[in-house]
Amino acid sequence: MTLPGLELEAEYIRRVLAGEKHLFHDLIRPCERSIYFLLFSLLKNETEAEDVAQETVIKVYQNLDKFRGDSQFRTWVLSIARNEGLGRLRKIGNRREDSLDAETDEQGGDFTPAILTSWREIPADALQQKELGAILRKAIERLPEIYRNVVLLRDIEEMDIRETAAALGISETSVKVRLHRARAMLQRSLAPQLKEFAPKRKRWFGGRV
Amino acid sequence: MRIECKHVWEHISAYIDNDVDPKLRAEIDRHLETCEICSAVLDSTRNVVILVADDRVFELPAGFSERLHARIDTELEEQSGPHLQT
Repeated sequence: MTLPGLELEAEYIRRVLAGEKHLFHDLIRPCERSIYFLLFSLLKNETEAEDVAQETVIKVYQNLDKFRGDSQFRTWVLSIARNEGLGRLRKIGNRREDSLDAETDEQGGDFTPAILTSWREIPADALQQKELGAILRKAIERLPEIYRNVVLLRDIEEMDIRETAAALGISETSVKVRLHRARAMLQRSLAPQLKEFAPKRKRWFGGRV
Repeated sequence: MRIECKHVWEHISAYIDNDVDPKLRAEIDRHLETCEICSAVLDSTRNVVILVADDRVFELPAGFSERLHARIDTELEEQSGPHLQT
């Protein structure tokens, strides 16, 4: 993902505030994906996520003069998205049990990896197959919310630890701990399934089954 | 001294992110040289991280961006916008 440089970003914000309103489109464009997927992670519903994404972007526009530049623009935008998303959850009274459990259960869970020795190749070509994408999405959607958020921002949107922590309002240590557990859970649930997508010759000649 | 598999697993995520100190990294590397199980766990975890980062896994809904920018246009036309800087 390409983000406008910080200087360019500051320049755009200044110009939007000075009246070149149409530049807001370019300012928000690099944040769109992160906004949507953070909200989808919270709300687990495409229609709700899109609706709240729109609300978020309008709110960002209306409050642009309040952005102080002491965090990255995207971090600020994502914290607004998160608040809007939590507000929507409260409104629809649909705060899921898994997220409540997970928030009070930082220590629990089994994070032992799946032991396997036959899948090593990255089946990137296999991503052409819709089935593999669906398996990956399902595994991530099944993670408790506190882990899903971190994976979405850190591994899917490729934000750094610091930005992820700021967007979610948690410490960098929590990001690292949650990320570790989330990846372990994903490895456990995915590795045995993804093995099926590894190039076949590997299994014929690799000598490991 | 040889570190245990479980110790390696605890640091897999930080190892992938290159966020372990050099001494521990060297110990893990030494362990990986001879432990097929841990190197498979490392490879598969790294592969999972690489796969989920692929843009084809998580795609925005069709038309998301168009609808979002149409909504922004409506807002830009209707509102006077944020306070002008002085």
